[in-house]
Amino acid sequence: MLLRGLRVCIITGMLAKFMGWFLLGLVRVLTGSQARWHGCPPKAEQRIYFANHQSHADLVMIWAALPPELRSVTRAIAARDYWTQSPFKQWLTTEVFNVIYVSRDRTADEDPLEPLLAALANGDSIILFPEGTRGHAEEPQAFKAGLYNLAAKFPGAVLVPAWINNVQHVLPKGEVVPVPVLCSVTFGAPIQLEDGEDRATFLKRAREAVMALREV
Amino acid sequence: MYYTLKNLSPTQQIGALFVIVFGFLLLASVTVFALSVRDHEDEAYGERLRKNLKSVDGVIRTSWVMMLIFWIGWVTGDWVALTLFGLVSFFALREFLTLSPTRRGDHRSLVLAFFVVLPLQYWLIGSGHFDMFAVFIPVYAFLALPLASALANDPLRFLERNAKLQWGIMVCIYGMSHVPALLLLKFPGYDNQNAFMVFFLVLVVQTCMVTQHLASRKLQRPPVAPAISQSFNWPSWWLGIAAGSLLGALLAGITPWVPGTAFAFSFIACVAGSMGHLVMKALKRDRGIPSWGAHVKSVTGTGGLLDRIDALCFAAPVFFHSAKWYFDL
Repeated sequence: MLLRGLRVCIITGMLAKFMGWFLLGLVRVLTGSQARWHGCPPKAEQRIYFANHQSHADLVMIWAALPPELRSVTRAIAARDYWTQSPFKQWLTTEVFNVIYVSRDRTADEDPLEPLLAALANGDSIILFPEGTRGHAEEPQAFKAGLYNLAAKFPGAVLVPAWINNVQHVLPKGEVVPVPVLCSVTFGAPIQLEDGEDRATFLKRAREAVMALREV
Repeated sequence: MYYTLKNLSPTQQIGALFVIVFGFLLLASVTVFALSVRDHEDEAYGERLRKNLKSVDGVIRTSWVMMLIFWIGWVTGDWVALTLFGLVSFFALREFLTLSPTRRGDHRSLVLAFFVVLPLQYWLIGSGHFDMFAVFIPVYAFLALPLASALANDPLRFLERNAKLQWGIMVCIYGMSHVPALLLLKFPGYDNQNAFMVFFLVLVVQTCMVTQHLASRKLQRPPVAPAISQSFNWPSWWLGIAAGSLLGALLAGITPWVPGTAFAFSFIACVAGSMGHLVMKALKRDRGIPSWGAHVKSVTGTGGLLDRIDALCFAAPVFFHSAKWYFDL
């Protein structure tokens, strides 16, 4: 009985690994997935990557752009209501990507950032899409407060802006089959929350740091 | 030497050919490497020389990759060769379309282009449907793709978007697919040697392009169309064409033709290829980029795949169809 459980465990673990490799390969063939470390090198320190969000492929893109040894300690944020809809989506996000779920619908008694804080306290790096949802305009939408709150609570984590270029053409909202387009992820110079900087100013600055990477 | 080669079986001849070409490439690579590490008294001169060598090195690398692809294709059979050329088409089209501003409404037609038109075109070649493969894209695909775009209900820049997609397909899929199509052309009395035809075409066109490139650097004549290309001028163009065609005549032994015919067909291929290269340069200027490939200048500074193969994409269909028409194959 125990042995069987173990075997099932190993097989599902391997399936998740293969799925990870498959998605990595797919994203390379489709997009070239070029990582451009412009403002900082890839490094094993606690980081909060924040990027623009236009497509589901963003998650895989930024994940593929990281060196393999950082992938296991860097966890993306995903919306609980969408990504736990079906067993497959749930399996993909938990077993393959090991994401952190957050609830988008606010209930008064829980802090939506609770799971993120737990992950950061655990020493993991996180990938955050501060727009909260996928946009389809040229410019990213206004950033939500989560980034500010995390930065205030974990001053030790390095805040790295990232611009994901072109991914919206690969898989626009509502489409199923991706098309090949060359994409790149540009990582910029880390920013910091200044002493006494208020929320709106910081979020505006963070958004500008992301947008500035379009040009480099 | 000539008779020893002539008496070998076709397979042995092709094998010998690969040995010779790989030998030449090795020699070229070693020479370029040796020149690049040599010290020069005059620093500025040495710097300039190294810069020149770097571009020559790029051409040699491309030749290596191309020859390796042919070798793999030859060793493993037609279908593998077709798949390899199909992949080249895929990556070239990916580069081309990255730089064409497509809109959301184009998504379905792009999916069609990459995952239906491209595989079907190569399948038609592999299964020997020659009549169909020549008209499949211009007749059928060019009707279906704008339809998919029109159904997406987005009229903004409709003609421009569709024209760009069709151009990409024409160059990257239709043009490229004519290279492996040569493998299946049946010349009378020329069995199992079609790998030579692919090799012949690529070598002739590549020689023409390299000669033209080197000549334009040496001659420094005023460019014909400076807004399009700083290096294109007629004297070096003629030199390139002459070098390619003469090489073609010399290589007549590996084709089903006499030297005169080989010269004529090489001439046709070289003209089409070098002109096509100029056309692709105009497209690049239109998009305001120095080369295809990554949208922003990449760390490695390499150009794109399409920069290397565009001459071939234009030369292959003209070469293929003129030969097919002239010899009534």
